[in-house]
Amino acid sequence: MKDTRRTRILLALLLVASFTLITLDVRGGDSGPVAALRSGAAAVFGPLQRATSSAFSPVRRFFGGLGDDDRARLDELERENAAQREQLRTSEYARARAAELDGLLRTAGLGQYRVVPAQVIALGPTQGRAWTAQLDAGSRDGLAVGQTVINADGLVGRVTAVSAGTATVLLLVDPTFTAGARLAGTLEIAFVTGQGTDPLALQVLNPQAPVAPGDRVVTRRSATFAPGVPIGEVLSVRVTPGAQSRVATLRPFADVTRLDLVGVIVEQPRTDPRDAVLPPRPATSPTPSPTPSPSPTVSPSASPAVSASRTGG
Amino acid sequence: MSPGRVLLATALLGSAALLQSVVLTRLPFPGATPDLLLLVLVGLALRHGPSSGAATGFATGLLLDLLPPADGTVGQWALVMTLVGFLAGQFSESVERSTVLPLLVVAGAAAGALAGHAALGWLMGDPRVAVASLGRSLPPTVLYDVLLTPFVVPLVMALAHRSEPQPTWTRLPR
Repeated sequence: MKDTRRTRILLALLLVASFTLITLDVRGGDSGPVAALRSGAAAVFGPLQRATSSAFSPVRRFFGGLGDDDRARLDELERENAAQREQLRTSEYARARAAELDGLLRTAGLGQYRVVPAQVIALGPTQGRAWTAQLDAGSRDGLAVGQTVINADGLVGRVTAVSAGTATVLLLVDPTFTAGARLAGTLEIAFVTGQGTDPLALQVLNPQAPVAPGDRVVTRRSATFAPGVPIGEVLSVRVTPGAQSRVATLRPFADVTRLDLVGVIVEQPRTDPRDAVLPPRPATSPTPSPTPSPSPTVSPSASPAVSASRTGG
Repeated sequence: MSPGRVLLATALLGSAALLQSVVLTRLPFPGATPDLLLLVLVGLALRHGPSSGAATGFATGLLLDLLPPADGTVGQWALVMTLVGFLAGQFSESVERSTVLPLLVVAGAAAGALAGHAALGWLMGDPRVAVASLGRSLPPTVLYDVLLTPFVVPLVMALAHRSEPQPTWTRLPR
């Protein structure tokens, strides 16, 4: 009897402690004891996650290499011995990574962004209702809260927390993610909001703005957000007569379920790249192909991140 | 809680957290991610009883709240997992006699944890709750957790049993 009573007191204490934490976190904001707890956890888990991520990269390679195209090749490889097979898989993986990096650099070059490449080392659980990712680059690589994260295809998200060696990215599909946007080819101002597994929501401020499926959307410059990053393509437009704004759904260019190599824009371009970063349309409209711009500027601090992820991968 | 229990729980929860955030979340499971931490918690609570279960649950929840790249309100999972650990611990006396019981407890814990977390988020006006419907994520979560149970929970219980072999007599019916 005494035991159950003690159990109940313990339970009550723990519940009160939880409520206290919630209250402190909701009211404390970016400072206070809970923020310290968070950064402490990032400091402890960051290096561990980096190490685990590189230790388990063969597992990811295995799952990544199991596409339909690769199966025939894999059968062929089965005849060779295990060492050769592993070697081949590694070089293939490295080639894929190199192609990814090339794409990222092309995007960065077109937009004149100064990017720090980084590798995704951990993700939040799907059912946790928070679409976030952990990167293997942090404040010592020049990352700061609010910076834009891209990959070869387009916008990935925004940095929300930084520790020395890791950073947390809020992905653009997260329901708390909102970004200022612009319809490509026009100056129509819009906002993009994440909707989880559903397509992004696009809100165009001008209710008379011509929006049609297939229209493309890029980011608008803000204090920390880089301009001109491709976000996605309009899927459908909801027509609501008399509404204050137009609402549409947007398919993001970047596939956040398959994130690996991303780039963090650590320095904004001096001039807005306008629509130059968007990929040329596949032979439909006579849009002038984007002029090739000077070589992409990758910050020198990026090289450890690249080499680390490559040797680790 | 004895130092042995704390040590074991720390080691198990820590490695489960790393495996979950780095490996499991990046494998292509459709719909949800298996919740390794929940399975470890249920295993420990089923062996150690409601009191230790509540404490372990609090630790598990805090870990989930803080584990990068977590972005929710700190304390939300802690609250839910404290209750999950406490309730799972209630079955510690009957778990020896049943092989199905761990599966049922895990199913209930997985569903309860997700629903509790969503309910708490809804109370706090979290915009994520409205978007990610519980109906879509609940079935795969419960399914994966139950499928993983035979591989994780008995192992955790055996480890917990080994670390303190004597207390069989303390679990006599009161």
